[in-house]
Amino acid sequence: MDSKNKIEVKNLNLWYGDKPALKDNNLSVKEKRVTALIGPSGCGKSTFVRCINRMNDLIDGVRITGSVLLDGKNIYDKDVDVVALRKMVGMVFQRPNPFPMSIFDNIAYGPRIHGIKDKDTLRKIVEESLVGAALWDEVSDRLATNALDLSGGQQQRLCIARSLAVKPEVILFDEPCSALDPIATGKIEDLIHELRKKYTIVIVTHNMQQAARVSDYTGFFLLGKLLEFGKTRDIFENPKKKETEDYITGRFG
Amino acid sequence: MKLFDPEKGVATVLMVFSITSILILSLIMLFILDGGLPLFNKVGITDFLFGDKWIPAKGLFGASQFIIAALLVTFGSVLIAVPLGISCAIFLAEIAPLWAKRIVRPAIELLAGIPSIIYGVFALVVIVNLVKISFSLASGETILAASMVLAIMILPIIISISQDAIESVPRLYKEGSYALGATDWQTIYRVIVPAAGPGIIAGVILAMGRAIGETMAVVLVIGNVERMPTSLVSPGETLTSAILLEMGEAVVQSVHYNALFCLGIVPFVLVLVLSVLSSKLITKSKARFA
Amino acid sequence: MISKHTTDKLAKAWLWMSAILIILILLSVLGYIFVMGIGAMSVSFLLDMPKNNWREGGIFPAILGSLIVVVVAISFAGPVGVGTAVYLTEFQKEGNVSRIIRISSDALNAVPSIVFGLFGLSLFVFYLKDYTGGPSLLSAGLTLGFMVLPTIIRTSEVAMRSVPYAERMESYGLGASKLQTIRNIVLPGAVPGIATGLILSIGRAVGETAPIIFMVALNPTIPESLFGSGNTLTTQLYYLAMEGISLKVAFGTALTLMLIILILNAITRVFKKRLSRNLRRG
Repeated sequence: MDSKNKIEVKNLNLWYGDKPALKDNNLSVKEKRVTALIGPSGCGKSTFVRCINRMNDLIDGVRITGSVLLDGKNIYDKDVDVVALRKMVGMVFQRPNPFPMSIFDNIAYGPRIHGIKDKDTLRKIVEESLVGAALWDEVSDRLATNALDLSGGQQQRLCIARSLAVKPEVILFDEPCSALDPIATGKIEDLIHELRKKYTIVIVTHNMQQAARVSDYTGFFLLGKLLEFGKTRDIFENPKKKETEDYITGRFG
Repeated sequence: MKLFDPEKGVATVLMVFSITSILILSLIMLFILDGGLPLFNKVGITDFLFGDKWIPAKGLFGASQFIIAALLVTFGSVLIAVPLGISCAIFLAEIAPLWAKRIVRPAIELLAGIPSIIYGVFALVVIVNLVKISFSLASGETILAASMVLAIMILPIIISISQDAIESVPRLYKEGSYALGATDWQTIYRVIVPAAGPGIIAGVILAMGRAIGETMAVVLVIGNVERMPTSLVSPGETLTSAILLEMGEAVVQSVHYNALFCLGIVPFVLVLVLSVLSSKLITKSKARFA
Repeated sequence: MISKHTTDKLAKAWLWMSAILIILILLSVLGYIFVMGIGAMSVSFLLDMPKNNWREGGIFPAILGSLIVVVVAISFAGPVGVGTAVYLTEFQKEGNVSRIIRISSDALNAVPSIVFGLFGLSLFVFYLKDYTGGPSLLSAGLTLGFMVLPTIIRTSEVAMRSVPYAERMESYGLGASKLQTIRNIVLPGAVPGIATGLILSIGRAVGETAPIIFMVALNPTIPESLFGSGNTLTTQLYYLAMEGISLKVAFGTALTLMLIILILNAITRVFKKRLSRNLRRG
């Protein structure tokens, strides 16, 4: 059963100054499913995903053409409030980046900047988010301690909880496990499996086995262009393009 | 005598040169202490530090009014310069376009290079009158005027050290904040500035040291009255200005002479302590983000 | 409730204003000195002797005195400072000795200017009276030299460390000795940085008053020798302002001093551009 398209990317091009980084990409992300983007390093997967929450706006000299529709509305329209967009589309980064603050303040940061001040509401949100990120049991007794004291895997789950706290509808994961050990990676993958019940998830990964384990749909990127896209099973068992097959079987990348 | 190994010879000469710094520092401490400590044969330390009557003719050397004036002037200048300086540092580090940076940075360097006596002369004519008119005083030569001119003088230090601290905050924190939907200003005051905290404080401490040690700008605008200042708009006299004004009258090696040297020991020690604190903070802030 | 977008805009406006305010402060100071002093400025002002107790005439002795004092200061601090930097970067391994030298240099940098004045007074004017001539230009120059030494050490060290390690290795690899490498590779590469440091120190030395105020008097004659007393722009400015003798001459002196600082500042800027261009090439 196919759900509707949460995000539709149409003819997306991106240049860093004069250098093209994304070439005419078209892709649909299904609601409440996990879509994985795979491909060799430097082929534009991260750049692509950062277009969905307009994080590329922060870089000087970036030029974008094409459109990215979220629930049918182009997020690059002039009247779009980027701040509200990023509340709806959350992001978890490659390297865990908790703020140098307490665990509580890290998670409460999002709600606070969106205007929530009531202490009880904040406490509730913090607990819900930590539960949702499978971290509550481990840190509930030390919410006031510095987040930087946590292990790498815990920090990453903290970052996930932080994103959950602003109640997004989409969560973007940019190679979330590349800095983590296998056990921590496993925990995150289990978490993603849980999260897809409530959120639309896009995950960039250079680990093909991870993509195969975790995602419903997979897209293969090469040199800034989406070469092939489809149900994960189809891509891995019956790749249509030679480049896709070469990558999956490990002939390059 | 031919040097057997020219490299060793050069190394030795250069080593002697290098020891010069250590030598000079030791000499300074030696001569200042030698000039000042004899005071305490005649006057007790507590009388010196806490007494408030400074009448050399009668052998009274209470320096508390100078100390209080110096502290008031310093804190006043920090109060004025810190908000302005940190704001400018944030401007340069986070929101200034390239053309603005090209104007503001050289302007700050220029501000740092202006001789203190010129600041003093400017303050004497402009700031003193400003204070006089604003507060309807008989004379504008006050602690406030001195604080204002010192604030201008310490702005460059605060700005440049704070700017460095802010620019060292890892991009990762900023990105995390933006990804959660924060505005530029929210990211700045909730994440970036707190993360740069130790570095900024180090800059403020260094600036305080500079303010305590300053003489020329202060002496021209503070009024030089040997009484305890009663408010920010009363005149006063700091440790440094007292030394400057009275050295001409003091008989060499007299008790008065010793007392003036002791007035110099106080800022010397304070500035040294503040410098050490400041470096420790800078090292700590650099290690944070390693 | 103000929306966070409005707060964002207001905050940015304040940040812009703070920068503008600082520029305005700079312009007021420079502008005031310029406007008040330009009336006194002329070639004869710079070259003539003062007349009628500084109410008329020129300020030549002060200019000459400042020049002499700076030359003495740099003659001492230049070689010693650069030498120390060479020693720290090329000869001495990082360890206790280099740490003590650096700490001393940093501590020296923090000493308040008036304390330097007291030090100079007791060492050069009294203790070494027979060698320096007491309150003389020589004493003043040496005191200032001690004061700018840390600046020269620091900037020279940075300049020398900016010469890439690879260049030194190439030189050694070709069979050059340490001294040859220093002379032919390291020092030439560090020249822009060292020169910048020297000019910065000249600027500092020419602008200081407190360290030399006890050794330099308001002297209307041309100094006969280094051992005689003299006059400098800064001390003259102080006395003229304090005694209120002649506002015109005082501001003329201030403007002269300010112009010297501006010229030095401009030269530094040129050198810094040359330095960064070299770094990019290297």
